[in-house]
Amino acid sequence: MQGILKSINTLKTLIPLYAVYIFSNELSIIISKDYFIASMKFLKNHVNYQYKLLSCVSGIDLLGRIYRYCVAYDILSVTFNNRIRIKTLIGIDALAISTVNVFKNANWWEREAWDMFGIFFQGHPDLRRILTDYGFEGYPLRKDFPLTGFVELRYSDKNKKIIVEPVNLAQEYRLYQFRTPWE
Amino acid sequence: MLKRNKHLNEVKSFTVNFGPQHPAAHGVLRLILELDGEVVKRADPHIGLLHRGTEKLIEYKTYLQALPYFDRLDYVSMMAQEHTYSLAVEKLANIQVPKKAQYYRVMFLEITRILNHLLAVGCHAMDVGAMTPFMWAFEEREKLMEFYERASGARMHAAYIRPGGVAFELPQGFFYDLYIFIQQFSLRLDEIEELLSGNRIWKERLVSIGVVTSEEAVEFGFSGVMLRGSGLPWDLRQAQPYEVYSNLSFQIAVGVAGDCYDRYLIRVMEMRQSLNILEQILNHLSHVSGPIKTVNNKFVPPYRFELKKSMEAVIDHFKYYTEGYKLKKGETYIGTEAPKGEFGVYLISNGTERPYRCKIKAPGFNHLQSLNDMVYNHLIADVVTIIGTQDIVFGEIDR
Repeated sequence: MQGILKSINTLKTLIPLYAVYIFSNELSIIISKDYFIASMKFLKNHVNYQYKLLSCVSGIDLLGRIYRYCVAYDILSVTFNNRIRIKTLIGIDALAISTVNVFKNANWWEREAWDMFGIFFQGHPDLRRILTDYGFEGYPLRKDFPLTGFVELRYSDKNKKIIVEPVNLAQEYRLYQFRTPWE
Repeated sequence: MLKRNKHLNEVKSFTVNFGPQHPAAHGVLRLILELDGEVVKRADPHIGLLHRGTEKLIEYKTYLQALPYFDRLDYVSMMAQEHTYSLAVEKLANIQVPKKAQYYRVMFLEITRILNHLLAVGCHAMDVGAMTPFMWAFEEREKLMEFYERASGARMHAAYIRPGGVAFELPQGFFYDLYIFIQQFSLRLDEIEELLSGNRIWKERLVSIGVVTSEEAVEFGFSGVMLRGSGLPWDLRQAQPYEVYSNLSFQIAVGVAGDCYDRYLIRVMEMRQSLNILEQILNHLSHVSGPIKTVNNKFVPPYRFELKKSMEAVIDHFKYYTEGYKLKKGETYIGTEAPKGEFGVYLISNGTERPYRCKIKAPGFNHLQSLNDMVYNHLIADVVTIIGTQDIVFGEIDR
């Protein structure tokens, strides 16, 4: 804990932190969009940090907030055996800045965030959908996207082709939200 | 004549669809290869053909119900993933796991590592053209899956490691049979190595194919065998020890050349080290006793015999399986050394009984991403070798 607090104090003199979040021994920092790329470059290349390995990029949908989306970059320093999570908050326009020029392997992760959340990464060299089907519409991991989706596919033996039609369920997906009287 | 030559020059690159039904595509990889003669100039992997929306489904399930999805991600290293998820939930809930459960977990993690590497080496050999090691590896896999079955009742999708400990006590005679397995397995490994390690064809196909330098490996975001193959001694079991790995002594194998052959050798070495760890665990376990799950009945189900005597236990049991348990607000990223590399779970809890967001970081995603760079200027037959060495399983990449 002491070590983390100390490192925050050093870090905040070096890069413009918007907010800091500590959980147990994990440090995550929020950096505003304007300083994001510069801060990433700094953390990657500074000799005392060397967070050179990007583990993963996760989109988060915070439905109901002013900044609706959030992109979290988990980066790892193999030299110092340390992890840090850098987040940036994104408004309803869902416009983020791509870090492909800093971390090469952000490419697919950002494509995934685009595919799942519709977060557009400015400056991304190849922003295609990645996991969903060819011709898919909508952004499935957004909180307002229903679990069962909008369309379903079936093979029509008569027409000898795959037909896309609106989802028709005999029973809706039931989500039991229990209230606990003891709390 | 001049005209004809000009025409020939225009038609240079040749585009080939590799997969998704190609046996060497390891499931459902669709590769668009741009070829110049037989030399690959560009590879564009199309993934997502096995996308099941695991992350979305998890958001609609309680913490316990979400667990079995993790078995089905990378379906050759099942327990490694449910373990990572369990660690994430335990961290958010702040649960301590008893020593014995930790040993059980590590034991199954190492069994899983052997299980995965046997398939990786076996299938890699088969992709390259050697049929026999595959058969031998699968015979051993069968034995290992029997251990899975004896622990949990399921051969593959065990759901054995759960938040708070493990699900069941191991049956009688389990350790004895595991000991017999350990005794004979290194001989089986010797046999596989005898067929492959010195084999001229195998070496011609693997040595100096798909070379990755250590800088490149970090840049690509590699982890696990792929990173160690390039000469970086980075193993999360030693770098950021979890469970009881700090009590066990084992070595990590590191490659020199960073080619496919080095990675093959590392996989075999890791299996031997796993055997070593298993043997240590058997020795340690004779001194360890206690429960196999934490005593906090809000996070684990009560034992069967308690249900017969205690009303409190019945209530806990009912609440546990219907409503689930609530975790405090928080978020955590847990990365563990799964057989394929760093498997990570980024879990965000918003104070309800369901995860708000569960991001799954699959090692294969980063590995496959670099395929374009790894296969550049290799022959088309080497594409198969490189896919094999990356040890790709689509369950985890497509999620």
